[in-house]
Amino acid sequence: MPSRGSATTAVSGLVALAIAVGVVAMLSIGVGSRFIPPDSVLSALFSPGGGFYDNVIWELRIPRTVAGLVIGAALGLSGAVMQGLTRNPIADPGILGVHAGAAFGVVVAIYVFGLLDFRAHVGFAFAGAALVSAAVWLVGSRGRDGATPVKLALAGAAISAFIGSATSLVLYADSTAFDEFRFWSVGSLAGAKADLLLAAAPFLAGGALLAFGVIRGLNALSMGADVARSLGQRVRLVRGAAALAVVLLSGTAVAAVGPIGFVGLTVPHVARALAGPDHRRVLPYSALLGPLVLLGADIVGRVVAIPSEVQVGAITAAVGAPVFIWFVRRRTVREL
Amino acid sequence: MDEEALGARGLVVGYRGHEVIDGLDLALMRGRITAIIGANGCGKSTLLWALSRLLPSEGTVVLDGRDTATLSTREIARRLSVLPQGPSAPEGLTVADLVARGRYPHQKWLRQWSEADEAAVREALERTNMTAFAGRPIDELSGGQRQKAWIAMALAQRTDTVLLDEPTTYLDIGHQAEVLDLLVELNVSAGRTIVLVLHDLNQAARYADRVIAMERGRIAADGTPDEVITAETLRAVFGVEAHVVADPHSGAPLVIPASVPPAVRRAAQPTS
Repeated sequence: MPSRGSATTAVSGLVALAIAVGVVAMLSIGVGSRFIPPDSVLSALFSPGGGFYDNVIWELRIPRTVAGLVIGAALGLSGAVMQGLTRNPIADPGILGVHAGAAFGVVVAIYVFGLLDFRAHVGFAFAGAALVSAAVWLVGSRGRDGATPVKLALAGAAISAFIGSATSLVLYADSTAFDEFRFWSVGSLAGAKADLLLAAAPFLAGGALLAFGVIRGLNALSMGADVARSLGQRVRLVRGAAALAVVLLSGTAVAAVGPIGFVGLTVPHVARALAGPDHRRVLPYSALLGPLVLLGADIVGRVVAIPSEVQVGAITAAVGAPVFIWFVRRRTVREL
Repeated sequence: MDEEALGARGLVVGYRGHEVIDGLDLALMRGRITAIIGANGCGKSTLLWALSRLLPSEGTVVLDGRDTATLSTREIARRLSVLPQGPSAPEGLTVADLVARGRYPHQKWLRQWSEADEAAVREALERTNMTAFAGRPIDELSGGQRQKAWIAMALAQRTDTVLLDEPTTYLDIGHQAEVLDLLVELNVSAGRTIVLVLHDLNQAARYADRVIAMERGRIAADGTPDEVITAETLRAVFGVEAHVVADPHSGAPLVIPASVPPAVRRAAQPTS
């Protein structure tokens, strides 16, 4: 019988996914409120200068496409690490309070500091995400067994609810904040610019390195903390590094482009259905499936309502929810 | 041969005021099979877990002559493997991938997979007769095959000492015998020190060199199967009346609980 796990199958799967990501990236450069023909895309990419579309391509489409690639990879990876860390197939970084914290950070930026430029929100969103997930981690890891999945989920739910109600309180009291916040609260790739991506790059790279560094630890944890320890893994260290990777990846993502749901939740499921439960395969698959899904959704958002756009966060939620239900009903959701 | 492989000095396990084990001393000899028996909740699994350092404890655990407090988790994992009761693997994980994870304590961060790893996995699969199942997902196997796959993972770890928590529970009689015979084979041919918690007293009598009976966190009886598995000990440790006879096949003690068969009891019932 064909072994689902053989290394050559895994590698050819990755190559196929990489090609698909490349195709979607090309589409993302070409498709928008103004359609750019493929030959113009290629000439702008490989011999820039002078082309009619070069400005649009280099100033708008390429930063947006790169944002889709790196944020998609970050969301896919952080979802896979989060589900491995918590051994929970329906976990997403929201459990650590990342989204609640980022939203609160943005509200503080608008309401307390009166900052209306969305670029100023980025730092506050990341700080909020980092602080709230640190609080969740501190509360959830108290006690002898450390940060067990159950304790983390409880701490995350409680603290997220608390922070969420603080956010709501401000939003209902202040209509300016409410108006500004509306735009942030549906994630969009449209505002991504090169300098923002450069600022995000070190955080994303650090998160990705950590994620790939804890692969063996996540594999060991998938058999339970006791078996992991009996295999010589330092469970607390693995869990801490995995949580830090999640915060760096998804915290940066939510800060840079706003909350985008369902990518981090759904992508790891597809990765496991394609590649089995081993994190050596789940992580690279998720890192490629993430951009495929996010850029795909972004392209759909650009064309469904021409001449205006639908934000990518709305598309991933609208498409992601039914797809996720379909997945669950087909029982391709694998127990962790 | 009488060298200590694993031991405990003044071992205390549990929360303050609720000690499951309170000051236990033990020396387990290299190359022997030791069975720990006792009633539910007597602390036998707790002892096994504390010895394997999966459970925090006070006092000293000595492994290969060294205080385990001075050894890293990884160094302990190279000397001692432990198989918990009813471990769970993620759905879809193949036997080969599971067994390969037994090599984690031997792998470095950069050098991921070596010839020694390959050889250890192959040998573990062969010893457990699981080579034919290498590509199969664990969740598609029967309970007995699944248990053998987990034992193969522990074997791939290539430790001198192997601890197992109730390795035969929930298995049919054929797989029970297969698992225990496999452990004896490992002990005899590879000189592994084996410590196992067993519920079945007759298995303990039959397969172990030494039996330790526990009661409320203490060692109630300790010795050869003949010394420990007696009517008196069973009464004291399990609160059960039983006959102990010599098993006609091996001569090991055989426990027969002295309960009255239902037909006899019905006959004794006064008719209304």
